Amino acid sequence: MATTMITTLDRSSRAAARGLSDISIRNLFIIPTILFLIVFNIFPLIYSLGYSFTDFRASTNAPANFVGLQNYRDLLNDPYVWSNFAITAKYVIISVAGQLFVGFGVAMLLNRDIPMKGLLTTLLLLPMMLSMAVVGLFWKLLYDPSFGIINYALGLGTFEWLADPKMALYAVALTDIWMWSPFVMLLSLAGLSAVPKHLYEAAAIDRAGPFYTFFRITLPLVAPILMIAVIFRTMEAFKTFDLAYILTSQPTAELISIRLYKMAFQEWQTGRSCAMAYIVLIMVLAITNIYVKYLNKVKER
Amino acid sequence: MAAVRTSSEVAFNRAAIVAVLVVTVIFLAPIYWIASTAFKPRNLATTIPPTVVFQPEISPFVKLFTKRSQLRSPPTPEEYAAAPWWERVVFDGGEKIVRDGKGAVQWSGYPNRFMNSLIVAITSTVLAVGMGTFTAYGFSRFKVKGEADLLFFILSTRMLPPVVVAIPMFLMYRAVGLNDSHLGLIILYTAFNLSFSVWLMKGFIDEIPKEYEEAALVDGYTRMEAFFKIVLPEAATGIAATAVFCFITAWNEYAFALIMTNRRAQTAPPFIPSQVGSGLPDWTVIAAGTFLFLLPVAIFTFLLRNHLLRGMSFGAIRK
Repeated sequence: MATTMITTLDRSSRAAARGLSDISIRNLFIIPTILFLIVFNIFPLIYSLGYSFTDFRASTNAPANFVGLQNYRDLLNDPYVWSNFAITAKYVIISVAGQLFVGFGVAMLLNRDIPMKGLLTTLLLLPMMLSMAVVGLFWKLLYDPSFGIINYALGLGTFEWLADPKMALYAVALTDIWMWSPFVMLLSLAGLSAVPKHLYEAAAIDRAGPFYTFFRITLPLVAPILMIAVIFRTMEAFKTFDLAYILTSQPTAELISIRLYKMAFQEWQTGRSCAMAYIVLIMVLAITNIYVKYLNKVKER
Repeated sequence: MAAVRTSSEVAFNRAAIVAVLVVTVIFLAPIYWIASTAFKPRNLATTIPPTVVFQPEISPFVKLFTKRSQLRSPPTPEEYAAAPWWERVVFDGGEKIVRDGKGAVQWSGYPNRFMNSLIVAITSTVLAVGMGTFTAYGFSRFKVKGEADLLFFILSTRMLPPVVVAIPMFLMYRAVGLNDSHLGLIILYTAFNLSFSVWLMKGFIDEIPKEYEEAALVDGYTRMEAFFKIVLPEAATGIAATAVFCFITAWNEYAFALIMTNRRAQTAPPFIPSQVGSGLPDWTVIAAGTFLFLLPVAIFTFLLRNHLLRGMSFGAIRK
């Protein structure tokens, strides 16, 4: 049958027929990845959903007892957990706003004739290439009240950054801003370079002031990509674990990830922490959805 | 921007250049401080005012790689003369390198953890970029039912906080004996990077004109040959950029490594902080460990800076 077909087809299909068909190549290329992600991302979540309804503790060999919605009820009534969420929200807002301000500001500065622009941009990217864990560790030295260079450079004497309950969260956020402003800067630069030059020329001919040009031309055109930067950074800041965990043990800086880690791997309340993970998961999905909706709105304008 | 530059515009441009330089210096200062502390003698690491000019030393690195004990009495001249230079460096600092009964040097945990980081990061990068490239080609060139949904599903696997996934993964790994193994971490990091790799590579492959392969098919290539001989070489820069991003993520990962490993397969990110301990930490040794750990990423970033910038903005614009 194959021979009769080949005579009727052109050379390209003949070559394709000799190898695998397009459909089998497509399946061969796509299905393993999808399966891999299902096995290592979706399956564990289903697995933990089961545990979230039990009082299972991974540190003992005691069998898990089904407790229904008890874990969820306890967690949602726990003011301690709610304060973790409040701390996380505060942290996300401070660090994302800071990154947006610094990153976009630096991008505005860089978006002109600057000598060695490529080199400067690359150097500015270095902080985000580093490990949050070692960055956190080292900022501990920089923040040290008696011999840290931050206090020395700012003339703050023996100011406590990480041990002061009021200050700890801001100190973590400051480090996060240092690390991730470059990311916002990079996306902003991409957005700024995509703004058509003739718009600025037209604005100059119309004698438009710098404020008018910024708010009527630059900002609206860069808004979608800034929004993407905000989405990414919000998701990442919400997930923050290593930086805060290493920098400080202040309960006022206990983000939701840290609470979750302690519950699961220090207190070994496995069932309860699975329930907690689900609450976090639902929140992440909700925030993502709100953002994506808002992003589409920004894009439509 | 405008054709004619007024003097105020020139002044403004100058101010911007100065501002950019100031920002760059502020941003790089912490990294410079890590690098310089790694070459300081211990007594200069925590001075006030901070020591900026000093005679660089290699002793932090010798201390990083070896196990040492405090000297109770100064070494005898014979001992000192018999020791290799790097042991003398430690002698000078008031410590001696621990040797076992047969006289072999006792290494610290660092070289081993560094190797673990290399093994895990490189293997998972190769797997994630390999699978990601195939999958991206599949999505880019063939009709896939529910393509947008599938791509969103792939991306969504990266939105989960690592600790959330870590709890069930820990239980599953324990059940099958994968915890504290290289393979376990490699699988996790591959899964983690795969979504990113697919999205980034799809951006790059979409850029390659379809006509290239069609011409190859007309010339009698099979689809597979066209993919390997035409598409892959064209996508090389994209593959390089994606590989660097995946490597950096896997190299720097902390939460999974902390939870899933403890002795055999532990990577450097959870190991270095664990060395601070209580009491007075030797910051020069910690700085040396940090500096060495930053080095591969800094070199990669510098070598591939142009592809990185492109990859980064491409991925972002497409997402």
